[in-house]
Amino acid sequence: MSQTRKKLLLMGRSGSGKSSMRSIIFSNYSAFDTRRLGATIDVEHSHMKFLGNMTLNLWDCGGQDAFMDSYFTTQKDHIFKMVQVLIHVFDVESKSINKDIEIFVKSLTNLQKYSPGAKVFVLLHKMDLVQIDKREELISLMMDKLQKISNPFCFKLVGLPTSIWDESLYKAWSQIVCSLIPNMNLYNSNLLKFNQILDAEEIILFEKTTFLVISSTASIANSLRSSRKPLESSGAGAQSANDDSNAIDTTSLDPKRFEKISNIIKTYKQSVSKLRANFTSLVINGSNGTHFYIDKLTDNMLVMIVLKEKDDDSSSSVASHEDSLILENIKAARKWFEKIETSK
Amino acid sequence: MSSNSASNATILLMGLRRGGKSSICKVVFHNMQPLDTLYLESTSKPTTEQFSSLIDLSVMELPGQLNYFEPNYDSERLFSSVGALVYVIDSQDEYLNALTNLSMIIEYAYQVNPRIHIEVLIHKVDGLSEDYRMDAQREIMQRVGDELLDLGLEGVQVSFYLTSIFDHSIYEAFSRIVQKLVPELPSLENMLDNLVQHSSVDKVFLFDVNSKIYVATDSTPVDIQTYEVCAEFIDITIDLDDLYVEDEKQQSSNSVRSKKRELRSISNLSNGSILYLRQMIRGLVLVALIRNDEIVNDVSLESLITVIDYNVNNFKKSLVKMWQNARIDHPTNH
Repeated sequence: MSQTRKKLLLMGRSGSGKSSMRSIIFSNYSAFDTRRLGATIDVEHSHMKFLGNMTLNLWDCGGQDAFMDSYFTTQKDHIFKMVQVLIHVFDVESKSINKDIEIFVKSLTNLQKYSPGAKVFVLLHKMDLVQIDKREELISLMMDKLQKISNPFCFKLVGLPTSIWDESLYKAWSQIVCSLIPNMNLYNSNLLKFNQILDAEEIILFEKTTFLVISSTASIANSLRSSRKPLESSGAGAQSANDDSNAIDTTSLDPKRFEKISNIIKTYKQSVSKLRANFTSLVINGSNGTHFYIDKLTDNMLVMIVLKEKDDDSSSSVASHEDSLILENIKAARKWFEKIETSK
Repeated sequence: MSSNSASNATILLMGLRRGGKSSICKVVFHNMQPLDTLYLESTSKPTTEQFSSLIDLSVMELPGQLNYFEPNYDSERLFSSVGALVYVIDSQDEYLNALTNLSMIIEYAYQVNPRIHIEVLIHKVDGLSEDYRMDAQREIMQRVGDELLDLGLEGVQVSFYLTSIFDHSIYEAFSRIVQKLVPELPSLENMLDNLVQHSSVDKVFLFDVNSKIYVATDSTPVDIQTYEVCAEFIDITIDLDDLYVEDEKQQSSNSVRSKKRELRSISNLSNGSILYLRQMIRGLVLVALIRNDEIVNDVSLESLITVIDYNVNNFKKSLVKMWQNARIDHPTNH
């Protein structure tokens, strides 16, 4: 049972945006609402059920120096024991970088002592305050430096730029959360099978309450292109856009589309809550021959299927996809995915 | 007839300086975020927004700090060519000056063009408390009425709206104003009423896609929340649709695909309601809210949608026909 409880530490200096992140991802705040948040006192615990049997215990650690000192001295075994993931947030606008790094080193030292198997994510936050053309440079500079510092602790850092004002926050968090899902491969292989049946442009799996991307497939819809490589799957966030054989398909689409979709659906969910309802399905027949189907897959997951109309030479096949057929297919797929969910 | 109606579809936006006129234009017609309008410069010359929807509408914004009664302004031609005059009053400021200015403008405009619609936006009410809003509206209406009585213009119809750019009230007000300028409005409303009656629809709007102004709705009262949800449903549909648009070069190599299809989206809600969206002609979309409590199984749901689809098709056909009869020579999207 202890396997399914995941402890996530959210750390960083005060004012770096830790509680804002948590509120947006897990409590449906809008980015604008986060200015109402006050300072976090000591540690704020939140428990989230994620994908049914997984519980995320998020420890949002207040970042003021007085609290920080106590984390590293009196409370250290309490805080750093049994940690699965450390999420360390750096404010890119911070004036006292040395102090930031000093605290990062302290937490790495404790983490190595109490839970050496933990994964470490570094979020370079408030990226919207940096000029667009300087962001790349800043990220590589910071990450090189942080990796060098953390080398003696044998942790592999994953660095992610984030901002609450765009989609990068969703991208970072779905990468963090996906690293905790044990049967990821099962999801992926089932998704591929599902896609073979539907021959969709893309299928994306979302977690139901947070709309974080769990998994997605992109298949090459056009049968002319299928001679190259029929299927392409990517774990959320892990971009395989560089893969040459798939370059035609993936480069033509927006690389940030997953995060944008998360954002759009979340907005929609908030919007329909004005009618005191939740949405169960959404079918869009787009103006470019694209069809979208968003439906409940299991109790904890939503699926989004994107289909392109095949415009072959035979004009008769232009007839649009049968909406009900697709929805039937989703129903049929439900039991397979429910099985994976309950399997552990 | 056609030239007359085209020239009437101009809205003149007036008011004292810093009343919020440019902000209104930017928010309604350019999808600017309300907070960003803080950084707008003062408008120095008249600017015109063209927007082509059911009618070809243009909104002319006049700088607030100018005096229009100087002889070098051709105000007579200006007022005689517009269909509606929208006067913006800042409700958070001292508005006595604005009221004197307003009655002066009304007097002049009414002389030049007695068919002009006069609309007053009591603006920036987001900063006022609920009780005070009604007081402000009552006081302004009272004072304007008195002023007009003094000028001997008691027959002039003046409409008042409480607006703010931070909620949907500004869209609501603009919808009402634009609706007065659509000559075919009664028959449109009649058609929508028919649609509502025969397809168990709860509420239906005919929206302009870009501005989220509704040019027509059925005769049941407008619930602001339903309006908001419907307007946001358009945004969500369009945003998702745009995500999977392919590159320019691929589109040109594959000319069949570049042909536009009709946008249509349906969403089921957990309380049994359905949101329904269909693209109409000339940048219009029809959004309907279907509330149903009795239908539970999929088959009856399916047949309900089929009936609605059929009825909406008929509605669209008659819309196209109506357009041809109006003899406005613009190519339709159809």
